[in-house]
Amino acid sequence: MAIFLNDKSKVIVAGMTGSEGSKHTQRMITSGTQIVGGVTPGKGGQKVDFAGATVPVFSSVSEAVAETGADVSVVFVPPKFAKAAVIEAIDARLPLVVVITEGIPVHDTAGFFAYAQQAGTTRIIGPNCPGLISPGRSNAGIIPADITKPGRIGLVSKSGTLTYQMMYELRDIGFSTAVGIGGDPVIGTTHIDCLQAFQDDPETDAIVMIGEIGGDAEERAADYVAAHITKPVVGYVAGFTAPEGKTMGHAGAIISGSAGTAQAKKEALESAGVQVGKTPSETARLMRELMQSH
Amino acid sequence: MALDTLIVTLPSRSKDVTRVDLMEYQAKELFTAHGVPGLPGSTADDPDGARAAAEQIGTTVVVKAQVKTGGRGKAGGVKLAETPDEAKEKAEAILGLDIKGHVVKRVLVTEATDIEAEYYVSFLLDRANRTFLAMASAEGGMEIEQLAVERPEALARVPVDPIAGVDEAKAREIVEQGNFAAFAPPVVVDAIAGVLVKLWDVFVNEDATLVEVNPLVRTPDDMVLAIDGKVSLDENASFRHPDHEAYVDKDADDPLERAAKEKDLNYVKLDGEVGIIGNGAGLVMSTLDVVAYAGEEFGGVRPANFLDIGGGASAGVMANGLEIILSDPAVRSVFVNVFGGITACDAVANGIIAAIEMLKGRGESIDKPLVVRLDGNNAREGRRILQEAEHDIVELVDTMDDAARRVAELAAQGA
Repeated sequence: MAIFLNDKSKVIVAGMTGSEGSKHTQRMITSGTQIVGGVTPGKGGQKVDFAGATVPVFSSVSEAVAETGADVSVVFVPPKFAKAAVIEAIDARLPLVVVITEGIPVHDTAGFFAYAQQAGTTRIIGPNCPGLISPGRSNAGIIPADITKPGRIGLVSKSGTLTYQMMYELRDIGFSTAVGIGGDPVIGTTHIDCLQAFQDDPETDAIVMIGEIGGDAEERAADYVAAHITKPVVGYVAGFTAPEGKTMGHAGAIISGSAGTAQAKKEALESAGVQVGKTPSETARLMRELMQSH
Repeated sequence: MALDTLIVTLPSRSKDVTRVDLMEYQAKELFTAHGVPGLPGSTADDPDGARAAAEQIGTTVVVKAQVKTGGRGKAGGVKLAETPDEAKEKAEAILGLDIKGHVVKRVLVTEATDIEAEYYVSFLLDRANRTFLAMASAEGGMEIEQLAVERPEALARVPVDPIAGVDEAKAREIVEQGNFAAFAPPVVVDAIAGVLVKLWDVFVNEDATLVEVNPLVRTPDDMVLAIDGKVSLDENASFRHPDHEAYVDKDADDPLERAAKEKDLNYVKLDGEVGIIGNGAGLVMSTLDVVAYAGEEFGGVRPANFLDIGGGASAGVMANGLEIILSDPAVRSVFVNVFGGITACDAVANGIIAAIEMLKGRGESIDKPLVVRLDGNNAREGRRILQEAEHDIVELVDTMDDAARRVAELAAQGA
């Protein structure tokens, strides 16, 4: 099972022939992902040799879907072309589009997100995210596959490197699926979407949720946990010691006034019954204790 | 709509790193380019310039401080001048003013107008609902945050579909929900709807994340004019707006932040003693926390900066980052905390060595200890490179917590 992505997922890579696209396609293949094609306009008919697989290139998503039965697209194309690539995938009714590309104008993201909502057939993860991995089954994106193992924890995080850190800390227990949802102002899949999917996934026993200062996504997720989640949830919020009013690099990672502070998020989560760690290692310890007591 | 949700999404509360905030006069340049009605004016960087600007306008003028913060009026940054000489005088008083930490270097001199009524309109990104939002109030003249809290019913919030946008019909819906008809005659309501369509044009075609007019005024002869405006642009869209380059503020008050900006580094100066470099905003923020907690055991040492070298960082980026941090006199020890996803740890290690060699080559003494924690992509190779280089200032530590404790200890010893 896992969520959104499993061993039956057939993945195409938009921008596979580019430098980032080909590097990560190789890594996805090495970690066991079924990569069934690449999409690069004008390069249809070519084949690319990777260690472990030879992958056909198609000129369009619809062609790739018709030929391969693909159901996931991982998008590596540059920001300029990202909107077109995502719209193409929505038009081809792909159930899952994972947008790794960083630096997409927010008007483009808001546009393709609205388009996906209208179509009602496509889930978007990202943009500006590391993608998702169901360890041992499939890896759609850039999350390193060799830092953890399959298991029964579900993880959802705004931050890429904190995702890796947490997967690594809990590598002895392992994960059903880890989803990096990205930190852009508009994202296709939220904490809440993932919490809901993990709740419904019989192969997930507990959930780690990682947030960051800024915005109110964690507060809303806390409300959702209180109302709908019966599985245990452990949380972590980065940025407790960040000074007020200083931008810390992520779109959204900012505090101004009291709303959106790590403390406010921690309190919201705790009042929803979520145990919140002060550091990644303490968060991992809380999860480990929880899994051992079950 | 819950009140707290409303507040969180107000313009003054939403900030992005890729956001370029414009000064009032720059916002008005964009307004003019898209046909939003306003008043003529020009900028000046000295009192004589303000005098000349007022002379050219030829009527009573308003001299307005150009700073990227609110509350200019209360701080004495906006003054009426009836003659060019008076405009010069007022500009003298305003230039150099410190308004909430922003020193006034430029004034805008515009024609003054009589005001019959003040309104508020804006378009912005609604992060919580992942769409765009129009906000409008027929009861302007007060701080919009205050209005939102005290009389939320007086501030209409109308979602705008990014695909459909704002045409005349949508603009009418916004003014209807804002109840403008109760406060203004039809001709003025029509004009406000017309302004909304043009402001949407600014919002979309300039790739803005905020377009705000406060106040939008009605004059005694029923003209509708944008008297003050705020625009934030999305820097991610700069590839289709080469002209926006001029708006990017390369200036920073802190010399280290300025140097970092020149090298395109994502750096924020903080007030502690432990230099921090990491990859990914989340991990770096987390590192700040872990170091601050560890510092509690060692005399309260704290992080000296935030520096995110990002995904796929090269040796060059690492070297640039270390150079900035080592040049900070407040720094006593440095923590390099990398979990390699795209970033390869061997590149990070090579970057550390390159930075040390470069600084040594310049004859600079490097005596600040570097605590390095590498995990993930090519971590073993990265550690091997550092071990073989045998730099006595570099210390490898296995975990993030242990490394934080060690770097805090070294900072305390360096005091």
